[in-house]
Order: sequence, then structure tokens, then C-alpha cells
Amino acid sequence: MDKFKKVDGVAAPLPILNVDTDMIIPKQFLKTIKRTGLGKNLFDEMRFTKEGAEIPEFVLNKPQYRNAEILVAGDNFGCGSSREHAPWAIADFGIKVIISTSFADIFYNNCFKNGILPIKLSQADVDKLMDDAERGANATVSVDLETQEIKGPDGGTISFDIDPFRKHCLLEGLDDVGLTLQKEEKITSFEKTRGAEQPWL
Amino acid sequence: MARTMYDKIWDAHMVDVQDDGTCLLYIDRHLVHEVTSPQAFEGLRLSGRQVRAPEKTLAVADHNVPTEGRANGIADEESRIQVETLEKNAKDFGVEYLEMLDIRQGVVHIVGPEQGFTLPGTTIVCGDSHTSTHGAFGALAHGIGTSEVEHVLATQTLIQSKAKNMKIEVNGTLPDHVTAKDIILAVIGEIGTAGGTGYVMEYTGEAIRALSMEGRMTVCNMSIEGGARAGLIAPDEKTFEYLKGRPRSPQGADWDAAVAYWKTLPSDEGAHFDKVITLDASNLPPTLTWGTSQENVVSIEGSVPDPSEIEDAAKRTAVERALAYMGLEPNTPMTDIKIDRAFIGSCTNGRIEDLREVAKVAKGKKVAAHVSAMVVPGSGLVKEQAEQEGLDKILIEAGFDWREPGCSMCLAMNADKLEEGERCASTSNRNFEGRQGRGGRTHLVSPEMAAAAAIAGHFVDVRKV
Repeated sequence: MDKFKKVDGVAAPLPILNVDTDMIIPKQFLKTIKRTGLGKNLFDEMRFTKEGAEIPEFVLNKPQYRNAEILVAGDNFGCGSSREHAPWAIADFGIKVIISTSFADIFYNNCFKNGILPIKLSQADVDKLMDDAERGANATVSVDLETQEIKGPDGGTISFDIDPFRKHCLLEGLDDVGLTLQKEEKITSFEKTRGAEQPWL
Repeated sequence: MARTMYDKIWDAHMVDVQDDGTCLLYIDRHLVHEVTSPQAFEGLRLSGRQVRAPEKTLAVADHNVPTEGRANGIADEESRIQVETLEKNAKDFGVEYLEMLDIRQGVVHIVGPEQGFTLPGTTIVCGDSHTSTHGAFGALAHGIGTSEVEHVLATQTLIQSKAKNMKIEVNGTLPDHVTAKDIILAVIGEIGTAGGTGYVMEYTGEAIRALSMEGRMTVCNMSIEGGARAGLIAPDEKTFEYLKGRPRSPQGADWDAAVAYWKTLPSDEGAHFDKVITLDASNLPPTLTWGTSQENVVSIEGSVPDPSEIEDAAKRTAVERALAYMGLEPNTPMTDIKIDRAFIGSCTNGRIEDLREVAKVAKGKKVAAHVSAMVVPGSGLVKEQAEQEGLDKILIEAGFDWREPGCSMCLAMNADKLEEGERCASTSNRNFEGRQGRGGRTHLVSPEMAAAAAIAGHFVDVRKV
């Protein structure tokens, strides 16, 4: 996984509550056996007509947001299925940071496995950034994971919380499986004890 | 110190705790399906890794499988490739795979319990959010993403931080024709779709104890729709009776030892819950959704909400958006809403008990002329049992389509889907925009309510049928 670096980019506003993973990447695109190439179908049914034409009103189709790297969204973003195709599509489109008041649990986990930083903020802070995002390309937002700070176009700073281990893994682009396999002796020992105590498993 | 059931299962699976509190949790059971696993197996190949515990892993294709003409294979090329990829991966990595024509094939969350693969006190994961279903047995079960699927395949563990404990106490006795589905829809209506985020929910109380294992699975299945990582119900004699003699259940002396251990799992008296929600089952009506989020619930006696009565601007906008998508006018009585389709099945309501209830409502009646209704058993074994009981004949006679097992129109990855604008009474779990087909309109209901609506051609109060 690539190391997460500081993001200075355009923030796109998506003020919809409960954006679910079916909206993010509809089921017809889950038939792939690859992780790549899903960005073109991100938000497919909101972004394109049935015939495949762009819907100009959708935020990511507006010229000023086509290169957005930050998404500011309504409460409970990413609810629904566990499909990692959702963060794959978001990352493939080029979005690296998602800001909301809350995220669904599985989606939130999945983001970190794909170099995406999901940031939880208070309603007031999300409202402020949503206003900034409405201003389009003239208002870039800067997100620094190292210092855990977001700087808006007017210079104001918002701090955010993040689990230290997740932060470390994102900054270093660490592979979870590799990290866990360093603890293989502990896993083996656990399996031995458990196998003796609960032989039916 | 008094511990909850979640605390106990968590503690029993702790392999390691880092200084920052991040835990490595051992996983006893891993279910694998075709949609969320190909990239995980590919990851193993690229890094030269093996499946650590193939015997603790079970693979079955369910999302893409056709529900008719199965002997002819899968017509859609991408679907076929995905299913073939699972079969090949299972073979290459030594994992048991239940193929499409095997009678044990079905929706992964129905197959696990049927095979006795799902056991109390275990940790169970699957690349599928409805893994919460298995919590009905007192197993800590939750959905994971594909990267985590790879992690479990390679290490048989997950990196986790502990969730908080929530208790959902459902007291009283359910009225006739009000079901487990109505309980869970009411719970989600109460707490909202994010109300359980960061929690593991334990369901307790008289009404939960009175539910069959099938009903308990329906409740735990939709825990994720309330945002919870997992749902749990304490194992009891019903649980043991369900599991006894299943192919992968413990046998002989192991069975006795297992039951003795399972009896230690229920939450201790006085255990701390961070949040407690109480509901009275005796007041619950048949419940259905009107909108595009599962928290959009209403009694069958109620009406479509009126956004002009909602003060909060964001919520008002959300309701307006949902009503526009659903093609509904404010204040319309729910019983005035006509349907085009009915879907009975899924990991929420595709078990034998669900089909029995549907057959009871359908017996001697006919599906309305303008409605197309399908019944998709949750597994080959459910289908076989239903046929032994003659349920298929009753349903076919009444005009229902009797299909082969799979996820089918719950998420419409196979050929079963709604056309734009079609309205469906569905026993599944998600009413999101486009979930059952682009432009399709889903109302979540119990199996009895779906059957009654299919026959009447519009939603009806099943208590009055």
C-alpha cells in the first residue's frame, strides 16, 4: 500500500445522509475479480443515466469537482454491505480523504486498508467544511495526517482524532498481513491451547 | 468482574494485545463466497502465502447463482467467471467448496448453521455484512472487507479494537402474525441505521427467548442494518437442539463438553452494558419500510410521512429524496400502496419456518393478477424440506414462482431483478436506492406480510386477512 501523504485538494460536497455502499458502487460492478478500474463506476447510478450519459447535476460531474481528492458527506457514510469495492472505487477515482460526522463500521475499516483516510468530525465542523466545499476549485482544503489537522481555504484549522495504530499504518503504508505474521508464534501457541481445551473446534 | 457474553467471547479469542490496545483476535470459522474473495486469494498467490486453516474455512457461491435452469450453468459470463474462480481457489488452497448443484448449497449464512459450522462461543467472519446472522447461536460473528478476508485466510486472525456493549431487551409476548422481522424493523426504527455503530448488540428478554432459532437468525441478521458490528443471543436449549446431530457439530463426549462450555457463555448478572434499549413486543404491529433506509419504518396501520412536518433540514431533504425515489405521496395510507412484485427469500427470511408462514397465508388463495411473486429458498436443504412438506405445491398452486436457492433478488446480482419503477414487497434486508435493480422500489416486510401483499395486490394488515 502507498504511504499516505498530506493532501491539498478540492473538496466535493455530498450532503446526503446514509450514503450506502450500493450507491457508492452498484452490484453490477461487483462481478469483477480484480481490485482495479472501479473509479469509472463510482456512484454510477447517481452519476450516469441508464444509457450511460453523465448527469450534469451530480457533484463529481461538475467541472470544478472532477479532480476532487476530498469528499465531505452526510452522516453514516458507507452504510450497508461489506463490499471493499466501495473504497476501491473511491480510491481509483482519486479521492483520498472522506469527511463526515460518522461512518459505518465495516466501510471505515476498509478505508484504512486502501490508503483512504476517513475523518470523523463534529456536525459544526462538517457544516463548515461543507460550506467550503460548495465553493469549488477556488477553495482547496489541506489535510495533514501527521499533525492531524485540516486547513480550510480561509486559514482556519480543525483538528481531528485518529487511532494511533491506524495512523501509523497509513503513514507508513504498512501491510497488515505482514505485521500479523510477525506474531506467528503467538498464533500457533494460541491454537495449541485452544485445540486442547475445545477439541470440537 | 461480571462480563457480558461479548466480553467473554472476546477474551477467549485474544491472541495478542498491543500497547495501544489494538488486539489480535483468533477466528474459529471463516465463510467465503464468490463476490468478496477473488482478490483475497489473488493476494495470497502474489505473496506466496497459504490458507492457514483450510479446515476452518468453508466456501459456497450464492450471490451470482441463477435461481432457475441451474443445470444449464450460468449464462452471464462475468457471474460464471466469478463462481468458477471461487471453485478454483477453493481447490488450489484446499478449502471445502459446496458447488452449485450440491443440495447443501445456499446462502452462506443459511448454510453455516445448517451444517453445524456455526457454533456458540466461536468467532465467525465472512466477507459479507450479514454475517451477523450467526450471532443467533451466541457466536461473535461479523462482516469484513476483502483485505480482511485475505488477512484471515493467511493468519486465521483479525486486527480488531473492542466494540462497546449494547443490550436490546424485548419484553412481552408477540401478538399473532407479528414476527421476528417486525421486532428487528422496530428496533432499527427506534435506534436508527447508525444507532448501533461501534457496538455489539445483545438481544435479551422474553420475546427473544420465545423465538425459534430461525426467528433469532432473522433478528441478528439485521443487526448490521442498525449499524452494529454484530448481534448476539445467548445460547439455550433451543440452540443445542438445533445443533445436535448436524454434520459439523461436535459428537459424543465432545458434544457434552461443548454444551457444558456453551452454558457458561450467557452474560453474567450485573454485567455492564454501555447502552440499553427496551421494547415491548406485545405492542408491536406488522411493520414495513416506506423509504430507502431501514430506519424508515412504519406500522401497517400508518401512512407515508409528510416531510413538511419535519423541522431538521437535513432529515427533511432525506425524506423528500426518499419519497421522490419511491414514487410516494405524503400521508398515503400504507394499505393503499400497490405492489408489482413480491420477493420471499434471502439470509434474512429464506429459512423453512419463513416458507411455512408464507404457505399458510397463501393456501387456497391466488397471487393478484398484476403481481409477480417469487419464493427463493435459502438453501438446497430448505428447498428439499419444503418440498417434503408439500409447501412448494401450495405456493405454486397459489401462483408463486418456486425457485432454486441463492441470494437472488435481495441484491439482484443474478438475473432476478426489479425493472425501473417496479414496487416490491420484499422479505430481504435492504431497501436502498437501486438495491433490487436500478430504479426498483423496495418495501421490507415479514414473510407473512409479503405473501398477504402478493395476494391482495397491495399492502394489507396480515392480522386482518
